[in-house]
Amino acid sequence: MFSQEMMDSIKKVEATRQSRIGADLRRMTAEEKEKLLREYHPDFVDDGFTVLEAGPNKGDKVPHELADLLQANSRLMSLEGYEDIDAVEAELVEPDYDVDVLIIGGGGAGASAAIEADEGGANVMIVTKLRMGDANTMMAEGGIQAADKENDSPAQHYLDALGGGHYTNKPELLYKLVTEGPDCVKWLNDLGVMFDKDAQGNMVTTHGGGTSRKRMHAAKDYSGAEIMRVLRDEVINRDIPIVDFTAAVELILDDQGRAAGAVLMNLETKEILIARAKTVVIATGGAGRLHYQGFPTSNHYGATADGLILAYRAGAALLYADTLQYHPTGVAYPSQIFGALVTEKVRSLGAQLVNKEGEAFMNPLETRDVSAASIIRECRTHKMGISTAEGEGVWLDTPMIEQIHGEGTIEARIPGMLRMFSKYDIDIRQVPILIYPTLHYQNGGIRITENGMSDVENLFVAGEAVGGIHGRNRLMGNSLLDIIVFGRNAGRNASAKVKEVKSGKLTLDHVRKYSEEMVSAGINTDRVSPLLLPTYTHGREND
Amino acid sequence: MREMVNVYIMGKKYTVPEELTIMGAMEYAGYQLIRGSGCRNGFCGACATVYRIKGQTELKACLACQKQVENDMYLATMPFFPLVKQQYEIKDIRPDEQIMMQLYPEIHKCIGCNACTKGCPQEINVMQYIAYAQRGEFEKCAEESFDCVMCGICSSRCPAGISHPQVALLARRLTGKYLAPESEHLTRRVEEIAEGKCKDMMESIMNKPLEEIKELYNNREIEQ
Repeated sequence: MFSQEMMDSIKKVEATRQSRIGADLRRMTAEEKEKLLREYHPDFVDDGFTVLEAGPNKGDKVPHELADLLQANSRLMSLEGYEDIDAVEAELVEPDYDVDVLIIGGGGAGASAAIEADEGGANVMIVTKLRMGDANTMMAEGGIQAADKENDSPAQHYLDALGGGHYTNKPELLYKLVTEGPDCVKWLNDLGVMFDKDAQGNMVTTHGGGTSRKRMHAAKDYSGAEIMRVLRDEVINRDIPIVDFTAAVELILDDQGRAAGAVLMNLETKEILIARAKTVVIATGGAGRLHYQGFPTSNHYGATADGLILAYRAGAALLYADTLQYHPTGVAYPSQIFGALVTEKVRSLGAQLVNKEGEAFMNPLETRDVSAASIIRECRTHKMGISTAEGEGVWLDTPMIEQIHGEGTIEARIPGMLRMFSKYDIDIRQVPILIYPTLHYQNGGIRITENGMSDVENLFVAGEAVGGIHGRNRLMGNSLLDIIVFGRNAGRNASAKVKEVKSGKLTLDHVRKYSEEMVSAGINTDRVSPLLLPTYTHGREND
Repeated sequence: MREMVNVYIMGKKYTVPEELTIMGAMEYAGYQLIRGSGCRNGFCGACATVYRIKGQTELKACLACQKQVENDMYLATMPFFPLVKQQYEIKDIRPDEQIMMQLYPEIHKCIGCNACTKGCPQEINVMQYIAYAQRGEFEKCAEESFDCVMCGICSSRCPAGISHPQVALLARRLTGKYLAPESEHLTRRVEEIAEGKCKDMMESIMNKPLEEIKELYNNREIEQ
């Protein structure tokens, strides 16, 4: 039930609604944005970060929670049934799986990579710690960008993403993203993804925060789910083996330091399995479940940065690991869905961000980092937020959508949102919703070259685990695009590379060496990584 | 002190805070979930759950991440259900009536009991979309089934052994690939890029000094 404070505030929001429709909300200047971010964005909160003391990024700043996992002990050192890492290493000579391309991760990037690697003639296997499709891809609601309209161009898309990323995007990666975008949307369309189109076949496209052209393609607000279920179906149609509920717990290298497989763990039986491969693709996604700085997250259950940990131990450097995306509109109320994503499409369709007095305090289509910082300022400094059980929030004025675009728009364009709130008796057509920033995306990740390879030979990376495509802030709709562009790219290149690989002797020496480096750096810990899954107790210990 | 309720997880009693979802309640009770937890946001279908409230006969279905606990709720999770998934080459099949008959003939055994629709946590009219599939009306089937999270509860209730989510997925892929009109602007742009027509514009931006790029970005025209 809404609190009295909420109900009083809703009345004020309703009172100003008519006058706000069509109002020209000024965009911030570059200087204003810069100042706002420095003062309010969580990336600039010094207490949230620490400096790494070991590994390829020694001396770099990363979130505490990530540092704790990057600088932890390998799971292989304390496995039940194995005396030490040598005992695991002894099993490498008899692999349980022997494939060309091993893909770690069963989301959109992993599926795209698998399809292309299969297309390239390689013997492919996917290993995933949950089910195929339990991934952030499935939850991407808003859409996928691609410059395919008459008034648009890849160059315009490039400019939008570069400015949105604060000019830190790797140019060669961004070039690939925007120039291969239209082809990837066509690829998905031809696989049978049902994009929103008009009767003539024109894609129905909208703005996202920070776009200068309407290039957001969508499948209602199930965009990622629609893409993921089609890709998964295609993987199954191609008979690509999927080993699910099985996590990669360490990479295997060969004696020349090239990626050559992974040590796997069946999460249900805890059995250890060895997968040998000629090339490996890490497509393990993000890290929302590490709850940086105590934020809730919109991410799926398995988003624990496992791929980053594995690659880092094997010698691959990270890029921009100190920058995270807090989605401006996470659910602030009701508590059952605290932190869940409210798609940016809600703002694309015209809903404004409104404070407790009913004032629209910003243009709703600023970039995500700016919007999140602005909401935090509105609550923390301007004291214009509305209290909730978990903290506070501001309104996202959803009823505006139907006043602007007509009755029925919400059900037709954002049915997922309508359903999510209706389960708690909130009709978003009638009342606005309370939102606050939620940890949404890992902007940084493993550094790759244009062909998708990390610093470790034959170790490819795709999807959210990559760093550099989006610079220090990603635009809406560029992630669904990047998992397809870079997933396909990694799959093709990993498959092509297979032909020239003659693996040497398999080894886990890099794990030992990294452990020694930690000791030399004076890191003494009983922490173990990768984390694999988070643990939640919902306050049991306090009851 | 929080308000507490009694729930029976797979028959075993636990006392949990009333504001939690079923998934939250299981974790509060001490479960470390491996199966039955995916997106935790109502999109992936990993956490299909059936329950009865003590004293009532009606069996209800829901997603554990989207349903708040109630007192005296007897629940069982269904993290997997064996659906029939037929394999096909999407480029070789066509959206005609025969394809459903060929791949999923059991849809014609539907007895009209409507248990599928009653069980759907997404409130989809499942029986209706199966009827559309029987008649080869794939676009209608696709539209009606669009919000399906493939949790499989419908199939678990079906006396005819239909794998509804797979039927719907086939209908949607046929619709997306063959029945929806072609996006000519997309086809054109893909060709232009392949012919190298976008390259000059890209390079002219990429080769500019950073200050000029910033100038361009800050003053770019935004489509209304």
